[in-house]
Amino acid sequence: MDVKYIAKLANLHLTSTEETKFQKQFIDTLQTVDLINKLDTSHIQPTSQITGLVNIMREDTIDTSRILPPPAHNKGYFKVPAIFNAQ
Amino acid sequence: MLNKLTLIQALHGLKQKKFSSRQLVQACLDQIDKYDSKIHAFLSINSDALKEADKIDTHLPLGGIPIAVKDNFLTIGLPTTASSKVLDGYMPHYESTVTARLKSAGAIILGKTNMDAWAHGSSTETSDYGSTKNPWNMDYLPGGSSGGSAAAVASDMCIAAIGSETAGSIRQPAAWCGVTGFKPTYGRVSRYGVIAMASSTDSPGPIGKTVQDCALINQIIAGHDSYDATTSSLPISTANIELPKKLKIGLPKEYLEVLQPETKEQVLKAVDQLKSLGHSIEEMSLIHPKYSIGVYTIIQRSEVSSNLARYDGIRYGHGRDKFGQEAKRRIILGTYALSAGYYDQYYNKAQKVRTLIIKDFQKAFSRYDLIIDPVSPGPALKVGASTDEPMFGEMQDILVEPSSIAGLTGISVPCGTIRNLPVGFGLIGPQFSEQLILAAGHQLQQATTWHHEKPTL
Repeated sequence: MDVKYIAKLANLHLTSTEETKFQKQFIDTLQTVDLINKLDTSHIQPTSQITGLVNIMREDTIDTSRILPPPAHNKGYFKVPAIFNAQ
Repeated sequence: MLNKLTLIQALHGLKQKKFSSRQLVQACLDQIDKYDSKIHAFLSINSDALKEADKIDTHLPLGGIPIAVKDNFLTIGLPTTASSKVLDGYMPHYESTVTARLKSAGAIILGKTNMDAWAHGSSTETSDYGSTKNPWNMDYLPGGSSGGSAAAVASDMCIAAIGSETAGSIRQPAAWCGVTGFKPTYGRVSRYGVIAMASSTDSPGPIGKTVQDCALINQIIAGHDSYDATTSSLPISTANIELPKKLKIGLPKEYLEVLQPETKEQVLKAVDQLKSLGHSIEEMSLIHPKYSIGVYTIIQRSEVSSNLARYDGIRYGHGRDKFGQEAKRRIILGTYALSAGYYDQYYNKAQKVRTLIIKDFQKAFSRYDLIIDPVSPGPALKVGASTDEPMFGEMQDILVEPSSIAGLTGISVPCGTIRNLPVGFGLIGPQFSEQLILAAGHQLQQATTWHHEKPTL
């Protein structure tokens, strides 16, 4: 596994110490995980969720009873840190 | 000492006006003051708890009862951090369904309890705010990830607590702390407002002093929620947990093999108790739980990598540089398992083995009402045991991963101690068999006194 590349995909910054440490740990983890390849799953469908529920819908209505209203002066918006330099 | 009461006892006392909710809450707060600097079960305490107690209607189903809540449940007015520095100081903008239902039922949220950061663990040691200690022996871990909740109940700092389980995170800390932990079927209790770990197995549930207590809380928090599309519309268990019949219970030999010898001895004592209650116990076979480790590791980490992508430090929380080692490891492994070229080998394969495990249980439950699931290979481990062990959680949870992967329901009840460290006895049942699990657990507790044992603090 190219830890550096995967970390970039996951938007995580790793120090070079962490990279080396993780690289070794992942080899061990993947070895334990590889055990599942011993089981025969030809003709088996994958299960992604176990409830068996399909296409659960609800009315497209807004319910604000469980949320904190944002302060009135925010005019319904949530305030977040600026991600570009202002001005 | 009012804080030592069970939920049922406390409700009776409140309704008969033997004491007030304020006195009950104060007793818990006093216990926290006395012991929590050492045990560290709580991350935050509700400073309005006494005020709320004064105003509460004790006729409500949980009226006036102080309950501790794991810090991955969003609670308006109380910080919610999932024990991670990424959410340090985060004040939620909405209430989780579980805590909303508890509050409507009159419960007082006493405070938020410590956990493994992001629920990534089985020790509570990965908390970014320091580990919780096991009240039975402070050199030992409480288990995890709901370690704070389990420790709070075990040390009578609250009357009951809420935890969540992705694979063992309710049952294992309950076992290690000598209390009762109940994991409802996946889809029984709404995950709305619970900081997501593995969305296909996360199951909120109660940790309490008795099975009866857990059954009552389950009745309040379980049930369909329009905010969580994975919740079931099936009717939930009633508070009546009397067993309707003698049960046929399976004892998987592969699970017994995983137990340490002394733990196996204790578990078999509980099995004997079930026999003496008239149930038939039969040794049987299930897919060896060692395969569940790989399945769970892949599925969980894949879902974690997706669920933690939202913590971008822009809309809420701090930057991704604040993630701890364990979180980073899990996100990276999950990203890898889902990445192009590896998806089939890992994620898809794990999903297929998941189907095998589900079918294995279905076959077993066509023959048995319940299956014995001993929860943990041994009692609590020493503080530090999880450090630098990337697969610590998965190895500790080997016995509970299969039932979690299959979305089943299960319980852990105390069944004695080994050198003053508690051992848990577990039962699992098919999806939506909460009534049966709770009834069997309750019957066992009525015939035994293990759940009355408390740590000397």
